[in-house]
Amino acid sequence: MALVLNQEQQMLKESAQGFLSEFASITELRRLRDTDDDYAPELWGQMVDMGWAAILVPENHGGLGFGQVGMGQIVEQSGRTLTASPLFSTAILGASIINLAGSAEQKARLLPAIAEGHLTTALAVDESGHHAPTNISLLADKTASGFRLTGVKRSVVDGHNASQLIVAARTAGQAGDSRGISVFLVDPSAAGVTVERISTVDSRSVASISFDGVDVDAGALLGDEGDAFAALSATLDIGNAHLAAELLGVCSEAFERTLQYLKERRQFGVLIGSFQALQHRAAHWWSEIELAKSLVLKSLQALDDGDLRAPALVSISKAKLCEVVELSSNEAIQMHAGVGMTDEYDIGFFAKRARPAQALFGGYAYHGDRLASMSGY
Amino acid sequence: MTDLQVFRDETRQWLEQNCPPSMRSPINSDGSQCWGGRNAVFSSDEQKLWMERMAAKGWTAPTWPIEYGGGGLDKAQAKVLREEMGNLNARSPLDSFGVWMIGPALLKFGSEALKQQHLPPIVRGEIRWCQGYSEPNAGSDLAGLQTKAADMGDHFIVNGQKVWTSYGDKADWMFCLVRTDPEAKKQSGISLVLFDMTTPGVTPKPIKLISGSSPFCETFLDDVRVETNQVVGEINQGWTIAKYLLTHEREMIGGFGLTDAGSQSLAEYAVDALGITQGRLANTLLRSDVIRWEIDAAAFAMTAERVTDEVKSGQGVGATSAMLKYYGTELNKRRYETMMKLHGNDAMEWASEASNEGWLPRTWLRTKGNSIEGGTSEIQLNIIAKNILGLG
Repeated sequence: MALVLNQEQQMLKESAQGFLSEFASITELRRLRDTDDDYAPELWGQMVDMGWAAILVPENHGGLGFGQVGMGQIVEQSGRTLTASPLFSTAILGASIINLAGSAEQKARLLPAIAEGHLTTALAVDESGHHAPTNISLLADKTASGFRLTGVKRSVVDGHNASQLIVAARTAGQAGDSRGISVFLVDPSAAGVTVERISTVDSRSVASISFDGVDVDAGALLGDEGDAFAALSATLDIGNAHLAAELLGVCSEAFERTLQYLKERRQFGVLIGSFQALQHRAAHWWSEIELAKSLVLKSLQALDDGDLRAPALVSISKAKLCEVVELSSNEAIQMHAGVGMTDEYDIGFFAKRARPAQALFGGYAYHGDRLASMSGY
Repeated sequence: MTDLQVFRDETRQWLEQNCPPSMRSPINSDGSQCWGGRNAVFSSDEQKLWMERMAAKGWTAPTWPIEYGGGGLDKAQAKVLREEMGNLNARSPLDSFGVWMIGPALLKFGSEALKQQHLPPIVRGEIRWCQGYSEPNAGSDLAGLQTKAADMGDHFIVNGQKVWTSYGDKADWMFCLVRTDPEAKKQSGISLVLFDMTTPGVTPKPIKLISGSSPFCETFLDDVRVETNQVVGEINQGWTIAKYLLTHEREMIGGFGLTDAGSQSLAEYAVDALGITQGRLANTLLRSDVIRWEIDAAAFAMTAERVTDEVKSGQGVGATSAMLKYYGTELNKRRYETMMKLHGNDAMEWASEASNEGWLPRTWLRTKGNSIEGGTSEIQLNIIAKNILGLG
């Protein structure tokens, strides 16, 4: 497939750009920060109305089946505007794992609800400070009517506001095994679930959730008992491909704002963009973003095509985007200099959003190591 | 079956029947490349046969028009040919500055007479070309070149000195930038002229590089007669063609960052050199270097692919050859720097059978020139900053 957007994808990109910059700009992020809110429900309502929650839902479940490349265009734009919404936790992670692991009944019940905006989800995977999807210790003991969950989940995006928790648990084996992992649908208001909201550096928040003997019935099992790792891993690949797309938006916006600044800011009687020291850094930076663009598109296409190389391509993409966004967000502050350090100026927000998105589901070290391990070195 | 599939099947069949067995392995040293020319040196009869067979089909210059001896293929067919050759590990039948550089310039800017005269011998590998661009005092500042061509009516008399003439001592003809109007502003008084290297007054002298080899010459030009009809395009308009050719050259050199089909990836190379302990390369820091390189190389290869696809679909900024040249050459340097580390003390062997006469350290040293020739990395960054980012 040619590494370019088709007309539909291009249109989606443009409409997302228009909508997000008008209704979900960084000014909106500041408002949410000041009111200590996670996202604006009315904004999410508008996104749902535009069909964004339905993009990854198959058409036979009321979705658009528009694919990862299409969704990636919206996510990339949301990286430019630093927009917080349930798009990632629900329309990407929730829709994907339900679609990949769910029974016919579960899909028929849950996917239309996601597409129509009636259901929000949070995927709970990691239990320590580092992403490690096989290191699942949260126990799901079999009971007469179902399972009893005991353990802790951390860094759960939207875990404190979603209407449905989706929890990776261990039904067999031990931490580190990919066999024996099961996924459960858990009601966040169930007895024994304690949710702690923790604010993060990007003015958003995540949840630490403890499960103290939480009883769920057998119907809560999403997919086959002990055999959910493949679906979980595929969902994480989708998530990482979109985190990379978001980071690409962060890189591009930070770069363009800084480039504009180089053409406005005067020192020594000239524009600072006339200094070769800054020109070369800007040119190198631009080159890195060009590489990043190719990877993001390639990995999204690979997921859409069911390409066997998709997991490797996603890891390459996420790793490289972690590196390029680090360069981008840091150069943005340095080239803005003093004002780049102020809260009043928006430019510092890009570094603050980038780091959590980098770390979530694994940063450069995780994905570089995963790539090498997959390739036998 | 689509026309392209028919073409693919026919091409595969033809290559299968016509590519000699010894031409089906990656090129691993300078000596195994085929450059053609009047004094062509073939490493084997099969190499000569391979060049001649491909030339007869015009596939030494696949996209050139048939009337000038080319293959007359469109871009999609040419891609199929590359892919099918790749599948067979088929070597390039002819490496040629004629095919890569002056040919495309002649097709775009040359008169009909010049095309008729020069293109068919290039396709057949009969004439080997070299490039006369840089001068001792005109490197990065190429437009500052001083070689003068005095107008004598029906011919010019050229005096000056060129440097970094690739294979100037082995080439048959030179395409050469000269100053035809000494009064005009820097870029305005330059012309591109063609002359035979056997013309009296042309003296190429090889330059020995740090790698020990001499792929470049300095070329002295003393009262060299050049016919007026050997000017490409208009007189004094050579800078436009020069810029076109530089773009072309950048794209070519930028391709150095791409791992050739059939050759080892750096990771495979590292596994052979270091071995695997508990599923991982035996040295964690080198493993990290290899991973970082492989990630960047994959990103670069996909970017080359994306840029091509964007041009085909009419999207994209176009002026990305500077970026590809910059990134590709830096990547290639990193590759060889890492390969040197992977082999430790063994990598230092300069003249031994085990080291294939120092193939690795010599190639490593040669790569240092990648980010210099065809415009330094710094010049590429200047081009990006000025032309793409609009920084003045």
